Amino acid sequence: MKVAFWPGCVSKGACPELYVSTQKIAPALGLELLELWEASCTGAGVLSEQNPPLADSLNGLTLAMAERQGATLMTICSTCQGVLSNHNYHFKKSPERLAAANVVLADSGYQYKGTTTVKHLLWILVEDIGLDKIRSLVKRKLTGLKIAPFYGCYILRPQEYLGLKERPERSTYLEQLIEIVGGEAVEYKGKTKCCGFPMVTMNRDASLTMGANHILEAKEKGADLLVTPCPLCHRNVDAQQPDAARVVHKVIDTPIFHLPQLLGLAFGYSPEELRLNHHVVPTAKALEKVELKV
Amino acid sequence: MEWTVVVGRYSPPGEPQPKGVPGVPYKAPYDKAPPKTYQTFKVDLPEHAMVLDALIAVREYQDESLAVRCACRSAICGSCAMWVNGHARLVCTSKLREHTVGGKVTVEAPPSMPIVRDLVCDMTPFWNKNRAVTPWLENKQPIPQGEEYRVPNAAMEELIQEVSCISCGACLMDCESFAVNQNFVGPAALAKAYRYTADPRDAETQDRLGNYSKPDGVWDCTHCYECVQQCPKGVAPLEQILKLRKMAVDSGFTHNAGTRHADAFAESVRDSGRLNELTLLPKSVGLFNIPAQIQSLPAAFNLLRAGKLPPLIHHAIPHVERIKNIFKKIGGRFK
Repeated sequence: MKVAFWPGCVSKGACPELYVSTQKIAPALGLELLELWEASCTGAGVLSEQNPPLADSLNGLTLAMAERQGATLMTICSTCQGVLSNHNYHFKKSPERLAAANVVLADSGYQYKGTTTVKHLLWILVEDIGLDKIRSLVKRKLTGLKIAPFYGCYILRPQEYLGLKERPERSTYLEQLIEIVGGEAVEYKGKTKCCGFPMVTMNRDASLTMGANHILEAKEKGADLLVTPCPLCHRNVDAQQPDAARVVHKVIDTPIFHLPQLLGLAFGYSPEELRLNHHVVPTAKALEKVELKV
Repeated sequence: MEWTVVVGRYSPPGEPQPKGVPGVPYKAPYDKAPPKTYQTFKVDLPEHAMVLDALIAVREYQDESLAVRCACRSAICGSCAMWVNGHARLVCTSKLREHTVGGKVTVEAPPSMPIVRDLVCDMTPFWNKNRAVTPWLENKQPIPQGEEYRVPNAAMEELIQEVSCISCGACLMDCESFAVNQNFVGPAALAKAYRYTADPRDAETQDRLGNYSKPDGVWDCTHCYECVQQCPKGVAPLEQILKLRKMAVDSGFTHNAGTRHADAFAESVRDSGRLNELTLLPKSVGLFNIPAQIQSLPAAFNLLRAGKLPPLIHHAIPHVERIKNIFKKIGGRFK
């Protein structure tokens, strides 16, 4: 399956392990990644808030680039997914808004017709590749690992933009995949809640407390690790986890895996190939449970 | 048909506790709510019955000590918002069949609010926040003599969404910022704030925007969309908060991390097509904000040690002129 691949800024910035692990598992899944090298940042909602026509034009351009490839636009970041879904939803609903964006794009060499489908890797895995195919790729069962899913906001809300009204099961895909790789999905309230990253520069303590509460809840329920489809969540719950622990005065020390890292591990790749040795919170303790070392 | 309803029971200390409650001890996720116990009831109601019908049936025929607040039963009065399976809902419009998961529906007072008894939470924080945003019109002067204020229809149509608020508090009950910062003004109050700020008859626009831009105001929203999801009336509080942020920035209230963050973000995308994570945080907290810069050093060091520090040389995407051109054409603050 060919996909127009939009990796997002963070997978090429502070979460390079996400980009690497996605590239690693794609061939096995039969995913041909046509990377959109010339696409710009989605604006992560910041540009949509402060300058809606600007965000419409930038995201319209990315959607048009995927449209020209004739392929589904694949994201690996819940935030990119949320922003692109939001703009695409409005383009499909409002011809005036689409026309206005296309006026701005007049000399860009692109016009968006409104036909692109935007899907996160998580959705493609379950809806397009299928659980049976993924099951057949599992060479190393992660038996004994208690894994807490952490979705992040923008892949779940608002349901209207993200197609969750038509497909409510999208809020269970992480659990389904955890089961397929042999892990045990941990049920906890925080799995659909906010990591706090969007307000980390505005109210650091509140932001880090938010992230810490969810990890601690998962930990109390026995989680060995959390898995997330969003690198921005990863920034708050992995990269900032030591700071969050200081803010809430508790020991946390729970590793956070990116979704493709978890699958890659089950597909038989080594932790190093998936850059599991490049996390702020060491992954070693969780990996030991499945007799792996980093 | 028979439905199973699990109800969170709580009585204030020193008052008679509900008798014979076999429930499981409850721990609040945010350590704010008092400990409750869960009690299971079976009720016989038709297939189309609402969660509120079940609670009333329990109170009327099984345990008259159960405290439930409700009035209109038509999603107008806003009295019956509470947690249903961990999310704020008006129980009068929540169907039992849609909320029965694994054979039961769990109903309780939301843990982020003080509880009076059982399912009744104390709405004082909600009303205090409401008052804090001056939720009334401050008329422009002079008042037109002998006639009403005349407002273009379109200007009021723009506010219909916010006017629909019934003050049920569902958005605040599930607000993730409020859960960790009780001082956050919150979604309902800020949606109301937008309703008056954007009203063409209001004279206090500048003062309002200045107040709402202060700490615990518009910039303390974490953008999680819970309020949009849970609002039973389609008010979409987050979207109103975002409009207030833009109005505040456009009106010159820019000395805050939120505006610096937006500016640094836009500058990076304009010049390179991509986000420069290395400069975003220092620019957002303020380059001369030395305590905040020092505070962020351990995180930067951790990234460096893990080999995750973003590249020191930030490369632009190919054909970045196309992106710069879009910024130029749109104009405004970020051109």
